[in-house]
Amino acid sequence: MEYNYYPGCSVKGTGKHYEESLINTLKELNIELNEIEDWNCCGATTYMSINELKAFALAARNLSLAEKNNKSDLITPCSACYLVLKKADDYIKKYDQIGKKILDALKSAGMEYNGKVKVKHPLELLTNDSMIEDIKKRVKKPLNGWKVFCYYGCQIVRPYPDFDDPRYPMSLDNIMNALGAEVVDHPFKTRCCGGSLTGTIEDVGLRLNYILLYEAQVRGANCVTTVCPLCQFNLECYQSKINKQYKSSFSIPVLYFSQIMGIAFGLPREKLGLNRSIISLKTLLEVA
Amino acid sequence: MEINKRIKYEKELDDSFWRWIVSTPGGENVEQCIQCGMCSGSCPLSIYMDYTPRRLIAMIKAGFKDEVLKSFTIWLCSSCYTCTIQCPMNIKVTDLMYILKQKAIENKKYPKRFPISVLSKEFFNMVSKKGRNTEINLVFKLLLKTNPLKFFGMASLGLKLIKTGRMNFKSDAIKNIKQLKTILNSIEE
Repeated sequence: MEYNYYPGCSVKGTGKHYEESLINTLKELNIELNEIEDWNCCGATTYMSINELKAFALAARNLSLAEKNNKSDLITPCSACYLVLKKADDYIKKYDQIGKKILDALKSAGMEYNGKVKVKHPLELLTNDSMIEDIKKRVKKPLNGWKVFCYYGCQIVRPYPDFDDPRYPMSLDNIMNALGAEVVDHPFKTRCCGGSLTGTIEDVGLRLNYILLYEAQVRGANCVTTVCPLCQFNLECYQSKINKQYKSSFSIPVLYFSQIMGIAFGLPREKLGLNRSIISLKTLLEVA
Repeated sequence: MEINKRIKYEKELDDSFWRWIVSTPGGENVEQCIQCGMCSGSCPLSIYMDYTPRRLIAMIKAGFKDEVLKSFTIWLCSSCYTCTIQCPMNIKVTDLMYILKQKAIENKKYPKRFPISVLSKEFFNMVSKKGRNTEINLVFKLLLKTNPLKFFGMASLGLKLIKTGRMNFKSDAIKNIKQLKTILNSIEE
């Protein structure tokens, strides 16, 4: 299967290893991602705070580029991109005054959008039973001894819970189970990581991430898995600051779900961007 | 000590405020609020807010326009949408925060030098000009305009990101920036 692919800015920067591992892992499942040409930033939640109409217009340009490729599904790995593209599509269709304004703006630049694009997160492609069976078949190195803390973050299940439960989702748990890993059960699957608060009001951001890491540790997890570049960045890159602030001693690897899948599929580490981890993966990889 | 009047007279309140909100896309159900507090109780950030989301909605309905627009609450919201899912009256509380943020900027009521509103404006300018966001440029601008001393605290993380190849120094931009600008300008008209 081939899909339109919208990477978003983060997976070209601090989240490079997400893209690297995602493309290579999905290839193993015969899923091909084709990057749409000359996409622009989705605007994230930040752009919307200043001017919502312009934010929708930014998103609409991407939707229009995707629609031109004649494939309806648009895959985006970043939760913020996922939400913004979905919300723009929703508002354009739901509110006539917004829809008209956006479509007119596209027209002024020689573009159009007919509302045919379906925005999806890669997890959504992997949730059905036959795909889980496929994943099981591909596993070369079952993840015995891995205790994974599945962290979904907020925006892939809220406010549009299209493929999973908005409070207690299971899609990621099911994938980890299929890989042979033990999933650590907990009620914080969709509790907020604070997003950009770590960069703006650090004390608040650190506390939110401390809570998540603490829960992972006391429940005996030996790694955390995420589906969003911002969650991954917050939970991994701020661990040393959190340790200083809270006198804790976290050293928990935070891996993208696609990296963990790739490890179980036996892919070489360069293909999964494992060398981009700031927290050492040595002990974790020895377990498996 | 400065002595200020703590209570507002009814005629000082603005009763057109909530009507305007209700007529704005995303704000439809605000008048249905039953003050149950599910939003505040589920919000991971309400303990840091000057007014909890429940209280903010009560203030909107009562007409405390200035206080609402000047509040830190609307900027602290991290858009996790927990309140929106929990609300029994289907009020889109998170989207309401966006409506208020935009109004606060429009009326120049946002807290000055407050990092969150500064970040939003810098991000907005960068994406409007280049079509992409380059993380490092954004961080530089944010720190320069809020707290340059924080550079020192960021140095060790910065080095680790460089070492793992996760930092891009080249400023990113899209090719067809003209097309994007045409679209954005058309919205302004």
